[in-house]
Amino acid sequence: MSQHLLIAPLVLPLCAAVLLLWRRGGAPIIKRSLGIGATLALVVIGIALVHMAGDGVIRYYALGDWQPPFGIVLVLDRLSAMMVLLTAVLALGAILYASAGQDEDGTNFQGLFQLQLLGINGAFLTGDLFNLFVFFEVLLIASYALLMHGGGRSRTGAGMHYVALNLAGSSLFLFALGILYGALGTLNMADMARQIGAGLDAHQRGLVHAGGLLLLSVFAHKSAMLPLHFWLPRAYAAAPAPVAALFAIMTKIGLYAILRVYSLIFADHAGPLAGLAQPWLWWCGLATLAVAGVGVLSARDLRLQTSYLILISVGTLLCAFGMGHIESITAALYYIVHTTLVTGGLFLLADMIASQRGRAGARAVRSRPLVQPGRLGALYFIGMIAVIGLPPLSGAIGKALVLSSAGEEQALWLWPILLLAGLCGIISASRAGSTIFWRAGEGDPEGPRMGWRRGLGITGLIAASPVLTVLAGPMSDYAAATAHQLSDPDHYLQAILGNPTTASEAADVSHAGGESS
Amino acid sequence: MELIYSICTGVLTTSGIFLALRGRTFPVVVGLTLLTYAVNLFLFSMGGLHTAASTVIGSDMPMADPLPQALVLTAIVIGFAMTAFVVILAMRARGDLGSDHVDGQRREESREAS
Repeated sequence: MSQHLLIAPLVLPLCAAVLLLWRRGGAPIIKRSLGIGATLALVVIGIALVHMAGDGVIRYYALGDWQPPFGIVLVLDRLSAMMVLLTAVLALGAILYASAGQDEDGTNFQGLFQLQLLGINGAFLTGDLFNLFVFFEVLLIASYALLMHGGGRSRTGAGMHYVALNLAGSSLFLFALGILYGALGTLNMADMARQIGAGLDAHQRGLVHAGGLLLLSVFAHKSAMLPLHFWLPRAYAAAPAPVAALFAIMTKIGLYAILRVYSLIFADHAGPLAGLAQPWLWWCGLATLAVAGVGVLSARDLRLQTSYLILISVGTLLCAFGMGHIESITAALYYIVHTTLVTGGLFLLADMIASQRGRAGARAVRSRPLVQPGRLGALYFIGMIAVIGLPPLSGAIGKALVLSSAGEEQALWLWPILLLAGLCGIISASRAGSTIFWRAGEGDPEGPRMGWRRGLGITGLIAASPVLTVLAGPMSDYAAATAHQLSDPDHYLQAILGNPTTASEAADVSHAGGESS
Repeated sequence: MELIYSICTGVLTTSGIFLALRGRTFPVVVGLTLLTYAVNLFLFSMGGLHTAASTVIGSDMPMADPLPQALVLTAIVIGFAMTAFVVILAMRARGDLGSDHVDGQRREESREAS
């Protein structure tokens, strides 16, 4: 039974989505309990997967029992288990918030939300590059509809850009896949790594080089790396709050794909192609950091501000990937959990603040006082301290890990830019916060109070930061073990493909849910 | 055959990119559609171009690679669904934003810009 757990993060949201779309006209209470129940079950599955992957064995699930490299496989290692759990926790906060009323602004919110989770989990678990494309499309088409949930001018405008850019990105993805398949004759990631490791002739190498860099540009677009980041602030600021919170994981999917593909397929064994992406990631990451720092200073709106803070985190993570040694990957993995949850919580909080301020909305201008200034102010304070990276919360730990992992030459670039971007964040947050919470104008406070569902959603996500601070020890141990696992692609190849000599034995031993170490 | 095939793919890609960079939604949609056609052709050729290759196992003739055909089928379905979606979205944007410019400018502004 336990070997089928690997496919549960795909089957569960799919079944829930089908049920929700089938009963689309049902009472909100039924749809909400189904949606929240399915997401809660996903959290439990995520914890079970992390527990399972904790022993360091790489497991795979061969769909239809077609063995790799020919069949499509789902692969569970420490990294994918961690990302699935992270998605589930973030989604639980977002769905709780949405269930307080926003899901009924348009149709099919709950069903589309589950489909989006299906796409995200699939992208994290798959071991096949074409399947990665398919899951990208699943999560994108759900995200198009979710982005425009509720309608309105700004959402349609932002949606048009988002959809057109992603369609172009998908075409580019397929071009890259075509080139790589043409040169290597396989799309299974482990098999691609083996083919490249076995040596390529000159014209093959040229094609693989081009395909690899084309793939990098696609992932850079998904992860909003400079100069492909222009879609992000507008789309995230226009999206409904729970959707924007879930979108906090979307840039991380691009980052995950970069980490997976370039640490596995283009690892040290790839000879002249090894470390193909590193210089691009490093310099573009630094540029992203600098531009995001300027951007956050210019943001006059809480949601736009959070979007630029996401961009800062993307820059930090890209720099850490660009350094590419075990310490920096460890730091990045710790940082990725922290930043995803807290920025998700901040999007929800911005929406709550906006709903209590009437026409001023989330803009940093004088308006009537808030209904619950104390609670919202405290949450904003904690969230901003965490995401900017001030001590004592998890942001500071993550940032310190990234900074201390930099070598001497790298530190010369990374330290000033990262710390200055943090300073820009502090200035922006204190300016917006003092205007909204302290310089309130005339008028009686009115507007919806933060109920238990909204309160639980926001507090749960922002409280992730203190929790991660307390659990920094075990969490960074897990991240370090994950980074070690990623630095050893041979282990991965062995687990998926087995030894060439004992391939037939391995096929006998591992049935539907194959396990091998 | 290779030459004609690659020229066709190249011309489709070029026109697709050119149209996708235009300022109005209709050319952008047409450009993205052409780009997906070009991608489908490109994927189709990635297993190598053969004439008179057999598709069913059991004959003595050389085999055609079946994987690109499966992949291109997936790509066609996805591309078709995305095109349908973006057409509807473009029409909605025309209604909501009052203009068919991708940035949603009013007609006077876009005339000045162009």
